[in-house]
Amino acid sequence: MVEEHKRKERLDRGIKARTDRLYAVTSWREIGYLLAPRAGLVLVLLVAPLVVPSLYWQRVLGLAAVYALLAISFDFLAERVGLVCIGGAFMIGVGGYISGSLNFYFGMPAALTIPLGTIGGAVICTLLWLPCLPLRGIYFAVVTFMFPFFATSIILAGGLFRGTEGLSPVSGFPNIWVGVYLILAFVLIAIFALRRLCGEDIGLVFAGIKDNDQAVLASAVNITRVKVYALFISTVIGCFAGAFVSHFSGFVGLSLFAVDFTIMPIAATIMGGPGTLAGPALGAFILAPLSEALRGFGQLRVVLYCFVLVAFILFKPEGLLNWASRKYHQFEHWVKV
Amino acid sequence: MGEEKRPLISVRNIRKSFGGIIAVNDLSLDLMEGEVLGLIGPNGAGKTTIVNTITGFTKPEAGEIFFREKKLTKLPPYKIAELGVTRTFQIVRPYPSLQAYKSLIVPLWSPRARRFAGSRGGDRDAVAIDLLEEVGFERDAYVPYKLASALPLGYLKRLELARCLALRPEVIICDEVFSGLSMSEIASMVPLVERLRMKGVTLLMIEHRLRELFSVADRVVVIDFGVKIAEGEPEQVMQDETVRRAYLGEELEL
Repeated sequence: MVEEHKRKERLDRGIKARTDRLYAVTSWREIGYLLAPRAGLVLVLLVAPLVVPSLYWQRVLGLAAVYALLAISFDFLAERVGLVCIGGAFMIGVGGYISGSLNFYFGMPAALTIPLGTIGGAVICTLLWLPCLPLRGIYFAVVTFMFPFFATSIILAGGLFRGTEGLSPVSGFPNIWVGVYLILAFVLIAIFALRRLCGEDIGLVFAGIKDNDQAVLASAVNITRVKVYALFISTVIGCFAGAFVSHFSGFVGLSLFAVDFTIMPIAATIMGGPGTLAGPALGAFILAPLSEALRGFGQLRVVLYCFVLVAFILFKPEGLLNWASRKYHQFEHWVKV
Repeated sequence: MGEEKRPLISVRNIRKSFGGIIAVNDLSLDLMEGEVLGLIGPNGAGKTTIVNTITGFTKPEAGEIFFREKKLTKLPPYKIAELGVTRTFQIVRPYPSLQAYKSLIVPLWSPRARRFAGSRGGDRDAVAIDLLEEVGFERDAYVPYKLASALPLGYLKRLELARCLALRPEVIICDEVFSGLSMSEIASMVPLVERLRMKGVTLLMIEHRLRELFSVADRVVVIDFGVKIAEGEPEQVMQDETVRRAYLGEELEL
């Protein structure tokens, strides 16, 4: 007697099969279907500060949002433009030192120092990395990775900004709510604005540079200029996070150039789903609180943390969000073979 | 004398070597306005190096290249393309993650294409679909929307040409657009080349498919070991003893 076999069949949902990447939406139901995950993200982020148990966890949330911004900035450059920039700590440092020192030395309010730190920091980062832009892949990554160490040495050697002591106090936000909601709003804006940008014509040029920069050159496009645009956008996000940190922690010091700000966003990107922009943010909102929760384990939490990363790279290299969106657009059922 | 056509691109005594190997040695050639010039030679003769040198992707060690009165030799590739001197790549360079028509947004976004676009500048998607149709893509709801990574080679070669056309080129340098295609695909490419010539585009074609090349080319330049060994009309060049020895081999008797 022949054994009965069953096989799991996965099918794309109608809207996905019909409109792959085109989004010809025909009904409220489909609009809702596309809108639900996006609205969910907004809702969760906006409600999160209200439901976390204590002030301590609100601060963790704020810090997680900082990592999320860095992860978004890294993901945008690496996966959408093809520039692997691992200088997250440098963006945080430059943005933080600018806004923090403006506040400390000149007493300017946060409403002024954060925009100045954001734009000024982005200009400085972009100008410093400009000569490295013809480099590709790992070479650009290595150069950008060097900059935080470089900055730390200069500050130490020159005794600038009070050296190791740092600048304290930097005035904080009126209350924790302003701080947390400011950074969460910026995370949401960054995600949606960058996703929109990547669908625009210039976003296609970014994708072209990632896929085949020689072909873009042959298309009469100055790729260095386009890379500068992308780098500036990315550093604006990173330096905003830095400027925010200086006021959020009320302190500016060498810890702003800590390597955590470089490594954690990369880990979050791998975990959350490279190339999705929202995924890396999701990864950061999981990893940063997880790392806090495991604080009790002391050094052991680094092991657990590495374990999570290796597991993701080995078993789910596409990351959480890519996996989730694939599942969302499919339905499965068992069929007889 | 006054009636004579001036060369559109004039390559003068260029030399380029890689390590110890001289790829192109003291080579000069003229590309006249409106003509189809074939450039042939055995493998490794330096054909692609000439293309790369004209379009700025490699810099020559000596010699100069002019487009009309403008010197191209020191310009970066994107500036040369902006002047209207465009090229295809022998090994196709698509954007795998973009849909076929979206990959034309890149050249259409360039300053040169935007200058030409005028009032229709806002609708680049429509222009891209038109361009794809012009190079022989089906105008349906399927092929132009496929990812470039899912397209067969024949379409990718056409996509290379479409990228050039998006820039409203004056010159297209085709680096082996026929190679790797089936006979029927080549047969459909030849009329496309004819159409380009009718539109007034000047073509420099590097080819190994001599029969198809000779059916469209006005003039042929033969190079071997980086040196020009013959130049003239196709039939005349093929009679040349040196050419037959270098290119077609001794044993081939016509």
